[in-house]
Amino acid sequence: MALSAVLALSAAACGGDDGGSGGDGNSVTIGFLGDLTGENSGIVIPPKQGAQLAIDEYNATNPKVKIVLKTYDSQGQPDQATSLVQSAIKSDNIVGLIGPAFSGESQQAVPVLEEGKIPNISASATNVTLGEKGWKYWHRVVGNDSMQGTGVAEFLVREAKAKKVFVAHDNEDYSKGLADYVTKGLKEKGVTVEQDVVDPRASDYSSTVNKAKAFKPDAIFYGGYYAQGGRLLKQLRENGVDALFASGDGSLDKGLIEGAGEKNAVNTVVSCPCLIDPTGESSPASKKFAEAYKAKYNSEPAIYAAEGYDAATAFIEAIKAGNTTTEAINEFLKTIDVPGVSKQIKFDDKGEPAGGDVYIYRVEGKELPLLGKASEAKLQ
Amino acid sequence: MLDNLLINTVDGLSLGAIYALVALGYTMVYGVLRLINFAHSEIFLIGTCASLVVVNAVAPSAPLSGVALLGIVLLMAAVAMVASGAGAMALEFVAYRPLRKHGASRLAALISAIGASLFLQQFFALFVIPWLFDKPKEGGRLPVQPEQHFVDRHDVFSIGGVGVANDKLIVFIAAILMMVVLDQFVNRTKLGRGIRSTAQDPETAVLMGVNIDRIVTATFAIGGAMAGVAAALYVLRFEETFFMVGFLLGIKAFTAAVLGGIGNIRGALTGGFVLGLLEMYGSMVFGSAWKDVVAFVILILVLMFRPTGILGESLQQARA
Repeated sequence: MALSAVLALSAAACGGDDGGSGGDGNSVTIGFLGDLTGENSGIVIPPKQGAQLAIDEYNATNPKVKIVLKTYDSQGQPDQATSLVQSAIKSDNIVGLIGPAFSGESQQAVPVLEEGKIPNISASATNVTLGEKGWKYWHRVVGNDSMQGTGVAEFLVREAKAKKVFVAHDNEDYSKGLADYVTKGLKEKGVTVEQDVVDPRASDYSSTVNKAKAFKPDAIFYGGYYAQGGRLLKQLRENGVDALFASGDGSLDKGLIEGAGEKNAVNTVVSCPCLIDPTGESSPASKKFAEAYKAKYNSEPAIYAAEGYDAATAFIEAIKAGNTTTEAINEFLKTIDVPGVSKQIKFDDKGEPAGGDVYIYRVEGKELPLLGKASEAKLQ
Repeated sequence: MLDNLLINTVDGLSLGAIYALVALGYTMVYGVLRLINFAHSEIFLIGTCASLVVVNAVAPSAPLSGVALLGIVLLMAAVAMVASGAGAMALEFVAYRPLRKHGASRLAALISAIGASLFLQQFFALFVIPWLFDKPKEGGRLPVQPEQHFVDRHDVFSIGGVGVANDKLIVFIAAILMMVVLDQFVNRTKLGRGIRSTAQDPETAVLMGVNIDRIVTATFAIGGAMAGVAAALYVLRFEETFFMVGFLLGIKAFTAAVLGGIGNIRGALTGGFVLGLLEMYGSMVFGSAWKDVVAFVILILVLMFRPTGILGESLQQARA
């Protein structure tokens, strides 16, 4: 009698989760994977918060199927990303993933997601080759480096009247990819380009600085992340290289200014295929999002926050429409077409976003406010 | 062309000075214990954190130069020497002495060294850095800058049209000074004689009345103190630190120690400067991506023809 009571109790306790892929009948788990505690976490924490905001707003409407956001900290390391994805699929039964945040870790982790048939949407991985692998479950809500590179090159030629540009990068997948596209865009416009590499683990960039100094460029472009970008900018300025310093989305963080020092960070711009627009210059949705973000997190939205929100929105729309299995969600993503905060949420057949612009941000004091679209922004 | 060579020489010597000071720690510990202290890179990390704490405590209202800069550098160096020296002594006591007492193999000590290094890196990232610099718990891996940048960099003089900045000059002179001091210490004092004799033959040294435990502690303390000076100079040059700051620097410094002659203090000096220059010249000629390739190819060539390194002799055979 006691034995059967114990058995009955334990059966009831375990009876909670069953039901297809993705947890029990009234909640599904979506994962978020990226560098949450590593040295470039400034790029990843905002999209995580954006995604969490979207999901909390959805859950507050008391839907039939709630969403649980589970975060995975890869520290930007491809190996960690891969093993986290494996455990996310096997143990946590995620039905979708927002991420991987960085291009390098995407190269290794997305094949695992493909195998597991998990739809994934990155809010920040911009490397072009990711869209060329023929992956069926991969998407992103951010423009790729080809777009960014072309936009930056156009901006530098037009606004900085650049005839000589010094391009540096740290040889990572993302950095080299972006630097190469910028170089290509510049060369097509007849600009002389000299390239050099910095070691992201080192602190002394003297050899690169000396090369830049000897080259006497009109502008400098750095492909890479803000931790190294700040260091390079500081050393360039300290050695008398005052040319316009430009960097890509990996540097769109106050860490760039802190690393270089406010005095050295003048005459610096950062490009991004992302939109940070708290005043709603480009659309009222941006203002509404910025207000909700500020209310929840007590800080202005930063890089990729809006894109993280949009990536989550894509999954939310899928689940709202009654899709709770990975296949159904992936099918839904093929046809989704709703306005997001950063852009229209729509994917082409490769998983790339159907629209999007490149924006330029300029350093002003300790901040990096929006200057405008790369095709329109004015330096003066 | 010539001023390109000059500017890279200046930068190479400045970089090499820091390598040389860190290399001293590796070379001394190896000379006495035949142990590669992999955790020495974290002793350097301790020094950089201590230096930044000093800068934040002094909180200069404007960037410093001249005598004021020298003053703050001296203060940073003093505090960092104590912090790193103490850290090194603690490291020896916790990670190596128990193994030595039990007669463990050198491999066990090596593994302990690697373990200590990893532990300290992550410990600093998770607890010490957020605590010392008032960062959020997850922000321990981000680079740490002083609250105010405190160095007013300008050229002190020019050689052949190339300016030599005040911070690079201080780094170079301070490193040479410390090494001369250390060299004299090891060659002229009783403790120095004790270190040399332990390096030469520990068993006979005991018979001669040398207290091995004290010598080992002193060796770690001195090596740590040198890393502390290097750390202060690093903070002077780069005005930042991060939890992995010791990693690449430690590898380069160890390479410098081997290049100059492992176990030889003057070898550490030589190796450090040679490595710094090689990196700069290599980048100048082949591009920065090849800087490490050049350095290591030269290392291999040197070791092939002179296996004990450039200066060859070991600690025990130093003159006087």
